[in-house]
Amino acid sequence: MLNNQGRPTAPSEAPRRARKTFTSNRALQIEEALIFEIGDACVTGVDIDEPAPFQPRLGAHERTSAIGLPGLSEPETMRHYVRLSQKNYAIDSGPYPLGSCTMKHNPRLNEQMARLPGFGDVHPLQPQSTVQGALELIDRLAHYLMTLTGTHAVAMSPKAGAHGEMCGMMAIRAALEARGESRTRNVVLVPDSAHGTNPATAALIGFDVRAVPARDDGTLSLEAVKAALAPDVAAIMITNPNTCGLFERDVVAIAEAVRAAGAYFYCDGANFNAIVGKTRPGDLGVDAMHINLHKTFSTPHGGGGPGAGPVVLSERLAPFAPVPFVRRSGGAFSLVEHARGGQAFGRVTAFHGQMGMFVRALSYMLSHGSDGMRQASEDAVLNANYVRVCLSDAMSPAFGERACMHEALFDDEWLKGTGLTTLDFAKAMIDEGYHPMTVYFPLIVHGAMLIEPTESESRASLDLFIMALRDLALAAKRGDTERFTGAPRFAPRGRLDETRAARDPVLRWTPKKPVDEPKTVE
Amino acid sequence: MRYLPLTPGDRQSMMQRVGVAGIDELFADIPADKLLRAPLDLPRAKSELEVSRMLGALAGKNVAASAVPFFVGAGAYKHHVPASVDHLIQRSEFLTSYTPYQPEIAQGTLQCLFEFQTQAACLTAMEVANASMYDGSTGTAEAVLMAHRITRRSKAVLSGGLHPHYADVVRTVSHMARDEVVSLPPDARASEDIIARIDNDTSCVVVQNPDFFGNLRDLAAIADACHAHGALLIAVFTEAVSLGLVTPPGDMGADIVAGEGQSIGNALSFGGPYVGLFATRRKYVRQMPGRLCGQTVDSEGRRGFVLTLSTREQHIRREKATSNICTNSGLCALAFTIHMTLLGEAGLKRLARVNHANAVKLADMLARVANVEVLNDSFFNEFTIRVKGDAAGVIEKLAAGGVLGGVPVSRLLPGAGLDDLIVVANTEVNTDEDREAFVSALQGVR
Repeated sequence: MLNNQGRPTAPSEAPRRARKTFTSNRALQIEEALIFEIGDACVTGVDIDEPAPFQPRLGAHERTSAIGLPGLSEPETMRHYVRLSQKNYAIDSGPYPLGSCTMKHNPRLNEQMARLPGFGDVHPLQPQSTVQGALELIDRLAHYLMTLTGTHAVAMSPKAGAHGEMCGMMAIRAALEARGESRTRNVVLVPDSAHGTNPATAALIGFDVRAVPARDDGTLSLEAVKAALAPDVAAIMITNPNTCGLFERDVVAIAEAVRAAGAYFYCDGANFNAIVGKTRPGDLGVDAMHINLHKTFSTPHGGGGPGAGPVVLSERLAPFAPVPFVRRSGGAFSLVEHARGGQAFGRVTAFHGQMGMFVRALSYMLSHGSDGMRQASEDAVLNANYVRVCLSDAMSPAFGERACMHEALFDDEWLKGTGLTTLDFAKAMIDEGYHPMTVYFPLIVHGAMLIEPTESESRASLDLFIMALRDLALAAKRGDTERFTGAPRFAPRGRLDETRAARDPVLRWTPKKPVDEPKTVE
Repeated sequence: MRYLPLTPGDRQSMMQRVGVAGIDELFADIPADKLLRAPLDLPRAKSELEVSRMLGALAGKNVAASAVPFFVGAGAYKHHVPASVDHLIQRSEFLTSYTPYQPEIAQGTLQCLFEFQTQAACLTAMEVANASMYDGSTGTAEAVLMAHRITRRSKAVLSGGLHPHYADVVRTVSHMARDEVVSLPPDARASEDIIARIDNDTSCVVVQNPDFFGNLRDLAAIADACHAHGALLIAVFTEAVSLGLVTPPGDMGADIVAGEGQSIGNALSFGGPYVGLFATRRKYVRQMPGRLCGQTVDSEGRRGFVLTLSTREQHIRREKATSNICTNSGLCALAFTIHMTLLGEAGLKRLARVNHANAVKLADMLARVANVEVLNDSFFNEFTIRVKGDAAGVIEKLAAGGVLGGVPVSRLLPGAGLDDLIVVANTEVNTDEDREAFVSALQGVR
């Protein structure tokens, strides 16, 4: 089964069967049941005393039905989740070259700082006089973000990149409303190389999406943008560096054309790690850009979040930034939580944003300093180019000899005639002990393989990675297909049947047969 | 720089291999006049010791919840989180992994998500739950959009008991999406007649339980009225622990549930990161936003888990996606799951009873204070009091005396004529001494 990018969605054949053990565990390869299979509703791992008898004030609203939540003692809980953790690959255990994801080292100092009681144990609605340090931290981080991007304002509260996109596009809508043009300008231009979140965001808040054809390398030409810039265009959303790992070389001219046409320039900042301290998006003409603190500034990805997506804004969008924001006057900080009288477009989340991520990101920035952040970007770009050059004869770089930014893109041209797909290659990398690169994205490159090593990989680590990939590529070309089609063989699971998962979704555990009320200890 | 492994020698030889004489050759696509030639005007690199001193000094300017008698709630709650929770979520394999796009080497994360989805569904008494939203407020806005997709109508009715920030988020998103929102006035005594506002254009009614003022609400009649008009009931909660003791939304006919899961497993952290719980009926699952983890088998027939139904999601559907959400709250969801596993049903119910018992005690004590009135007939661990004069001023005076005594309603609803109300929360962390300190501090405010 193939989807329309040629990506297999079901395993093609059953590989060899390994001898079974009694427990199904094999040395450090472990099996672990669900808590619903090993826990019990009457067991608890937390000691809580029953309150003294009292007269409840619940009205007629007491829960009477069973909840169905199993409990485990503390040692059982530890073991269950430690065993599950051991089925995960992580940046701490090996390179994680996922293009467009920026999986860099997560310094533990940042974790420690975020857990200081003065940050981790303060409530968002405490009196402002009791959280001056927290407000100062937000103000300082905002200063860093504006300085690094060359912009005039920053909305700190968005919770992740896509949420930041939404916030930025809302600021654009608000600016158009203030100009009386929000009804007439309802089209957002999105290149076909864009992240899926871009068109999804634009559509979510009621814009019509119009695709702009990119050049073969995913970059935009001034001519294509100019041709698309009609009076109904509200904004253009461009990722820079783009999803192919290339810097938009016409970006300044494009920004000028967009502005001249009365539209706004939204920049997807997912790839900011390539250019921190090397150029400032504000200088390039960007009106709004979200910054994934969990990518560029190393707050940990946590298996899919939480992130944080502050949005920097140009002078002409700054007045429309949502509440809340921190205001400094003299040495005191205050939080503006209501838009009364101002032009703020509203509020995108309860409270003030991802404070835990703010602390980690500022800790990263202070540690690196302006010199270290610039060096990190240079190293990220150098590492990507090193990988590109060292693999260019074994695999097929998507754009020939052209230098890349912080990620190196290959297509599947080199797999032609081998009978193998990009997915086969990715799964074989797992058996070599590596997390695969991003595959089948960007969509405009056939069988795409997008490698982002980040600045965190050492020379030795890169050399080993390159040798492993070369070895695999040679195996593919000489017809050693066994290493691929059954892969991965040594992971906790073989290829999973995604078709079956989607056809008849099982999204929660359910008891095998109907059960009565669970045992209780009351 | 301690985080950068390349040495100057590495850089030189790698540049040679790449075929450039200097690093800026790799940045040649940046227009020359926009390329920065030197580091920006920000402080230079600092040691771990220096950074921890600087941030420690900032942290030291804040009053931590555990340092004082603490009664602040209104959407985020101070609970005790077992030490093992934070240890487990800091394991490298959970902390430093990505979204599980390669399921063969991410079964740990995926199985945890499957457990989370099941726990969230059980807790809310709903059929299915997703793998988390950013928080309760953004989940509520997504629920409203989801109701529009299902009903093909565009008018939401918001209860006056909905958390004001949640209502603001819904109004902002709806305004941008050009949908209509009818907001009922703030309703401190749960006396609004929301059923009268439902008509045949209504897509959904959004009601919070316990509401912002702490009142418990009967959603069953509202659900019936919604369904009679072809509308959906969206039930919201901000205090997940309440579901250990209070009738869950699924038992009262809710169609979509959006709630805040911070209370279980997660620190206050000045407002984020938190974790949104999102549940619905099975028949609506394909209209749901956010990631879903599903059970399947691998090539050897063994049970395994994958992200599924991604045809709803932005990376496949682009502008036709059900939501733009990508990164969610994975690690906070894990903290929730681990804490919930430690509690189990018996522990959760007992925790909820302790919360309620403590709140009842405090309400009785406060009711005896001169010029203080407790407004609620029913509540879980939070209720509203009326004081004489300006509540915000009272809270400031209490804070000056070392007691964080709740949230003045005027902070969230300025100009609503509710300047004498305070929302007061009381959880298992509060002792009798805390309550006595609160009462005597309140008696001392003049």
